Amino acid sequence: MARIVYQEMKQPRAFFYGLVSLHAAVIAVGLAAAYYMEHNGHVVTGMNNQIVWGLPHVFAVFLIVAASGALNVASISSVFQKLDYKPFARLSGLLAVSLLIGGLAVLVLDLGRPDRLIVAMTTYNFKSIFAWNIYLYTGFVVIVAAYLWTMMDRSAAAYNKPVAFLAFLWRLILTTGTGSIFGFLVAREAYAAAIMAPLFIAASFAYGLAFTILALITMCRSMESMLMTDEVVYKFRSLMILFILAVLYFTAVQHLANMYWAKHQGVERFLLLEGGVYTAVFWIGQILIGSIAPMAVLAYGPMATTRWGITLASLLVLVGGIAHMYTIIIAGQAYPLNLFPGMEVSSSFGDGQVTHYMPSIPEFLLGVSGISIAMLLAAVAILFLRFLPKPETVVPNA
Amino acid sequence: MTIDPKIAPAVAGEEGVGRRDFLRAVAGFAGVTLAPGVMLYSYGAAARPLDEAVSGKVRWGMLVDVSRCQSDCDACVSACFKENGLSAVERPTTDAQWIRKVDIRDPQTGVTRSLPVMCQHCAEPPCVDVCPTGASFKRADGIVLVDKHICIGCRYCMMACPYKARSFVHETHTDQVEAAPRGKGTVEGCTMCVTRVDAGNVPACVEACATTGNGAIIFGDLNDPASEIAQRIRTYATSQIRSDLGVDPGVHYQNL
Repeated sequence: MARIVYQEMKQPRAFFYGLVSLHAAVIAVGLAAAYYMEHNGHVVTGMNNQIVWGLPHVFAVFLIVAASGALNVASISSVFQKLDYKPFARLSGLLAVSLLIGGLAVLVLDLGRPDRLIVAMTTYNFKSIFAWNIYLYTGFVVIVAAYLWTMMDRSAAAYNKPVAFLAFLWRLILTTGTGSIFGFLVAREAYAAAIMAPLFIAASFAYGLAFTILALITMCRSMESMLMTDEVVYKFRSLMILFILAVLYFTAVQHLANMYWAKHQGVERFLLLEGGVYTAVFWIGQILIGSIAPMAVLAYGPMATTRWGITLASLLVLVGGIAHMYTIIIAGQAYPLNLFPGMEVSSSFGDGQVTHYMPSIPEFLLGVSGISIAMLLAAVAILFLRFLPKPETVVPNA
Repeated sequence: MTIDPKIAPAVAGEEGVGRRDFLRAVAGFAGVTLAPGVMLYSYGAAARPLDEAVSGKVRWGMLVDVSRCQSDCDACVSACFKENGLSAVERPTTDAQWIRKVDIRDPQTGVTRSLPVMCQHCAEPPCVDVCPTGASFKRADGIVLVDKHICIGCRYCMMACPYKARSFVHETHTDQVEAAPRGKGTVEGCTMCVTRVDAGNVPACVEACATTGNGAIIFGDLNDPASEIAQRIRTYATSQIRSDLGVDPGVHYQNL
């Protein structure tokens, strides 16, 4: 393989600056929305004492899961020695960090007391998986930054292998931690299972790859140059199909186990059959749009192995990812806690009742701004540092 | 940070007002509530001196006799709201409810029951396990509380609680009471009326149930074999809600 030469974004087209401006505007609106919610309290959101985590969490968890998956391409190239992916390793690392920061920003801004972030950073309860995640997130940023350094500075190249391996290991632990935020909740019937960790890891592979592909396609368009060879497009396509199947597999096992246990059949009936909008989000959003459609695009039809094909499939996977997180986070809370198994229950506090959640516009704006924070950070980095391969140096293995 | 003068004593340890003022205020509050009429509802033990650490030998708990609890009675709920300044602002989904009446019906037999559900003050509280900052904590005497100073409002404890016992403060409340400061953006729940208990009294819900309700709730030290609560739990079959979860609630129910 020819030696890969990297470059900053050279003479980007108006398209690039248009996107940057759009993301900046979305971030400004998102921050205004966060201020509005912080100032008035969560009473102005759709969240309540039943749905305590709303749309901001959907976006935040989605981005955090995607972040660890975005490191895939770098890991495949460094840890598994697949040199075809090496030209995109830097971009992959950059996206991993920026997506994580975008997700964390939303998570923090949705806290009841975001001004107490310093408390969260200095006062720990080490039995809490949430507290562990704070270490996992900050550690991830530091390790991936070091990983990027070993890729970008020849004097540090000797450390590339061990740091790459550490980053790969860390990202697996990180997503295990994110999945376990839900898996460790003993009383939430929709979550309480160890499978949440591998499910989230599989999901991270799919979302992270989708973000990487879309970023690459956007860069191609911004620079009017071809960064991906047909061979790489084909490899990304195969990987994406594999990752979507993995998510489907773990989702199927998760629901099958719940259906088997009599005590969880109620929540399964709710999620899969009788949950109204939640059932629709699962079947139409996660399964149809997020899984079946992208696989159909990638496996059959005229676009199967084209850039258009992987672009469309990636977009579908991301929409499906939001639906997936919505099903897990919102539907899982909408189903009532089962305080008195086998009994019909009612109270003034919504016991025994399915909760209807109507997200407010500020929540949505804050959530979406997380994506824009990630994209803007990546765009600025790409503009000034050598993250992108020079097109003529990206050649397939001869 | 500015402190609402109404809640200042409760945050005295950290802000402006000194510890002595704080203790004096609490002592004064205790003195008022120890008025003769209320003595009837103290649990018999002397009030713990406020400069003495909480004892791990004690485990405060409650026993609710569900057969005495009537569906149309909400004396415990009203008393809790009054005691803790939980004025409802008619937003049922976001208004705090530290205690609620739950009606249950067995679909097979048609038998109905009505019972109060509040923080169950678990021995192994999931809310304490998951809290990232340690704001959710269990006192040595078994009372589960939220440290308002370090709660960041992440609501993970609300996700973890099997009893839906916690509420999030969704908006600013100006009509607060000294014993229960309420900060917008933090999580709160039944404190077992900790200031009353520390002063040697019973929680407000227990007192109200005895005076205007049906005498269904008793309060006491689960660890003291001579206490009424311990004797009744020894004598009669009682249960804990979702005992299968193994969190060992401090609230027990009889005739559930």
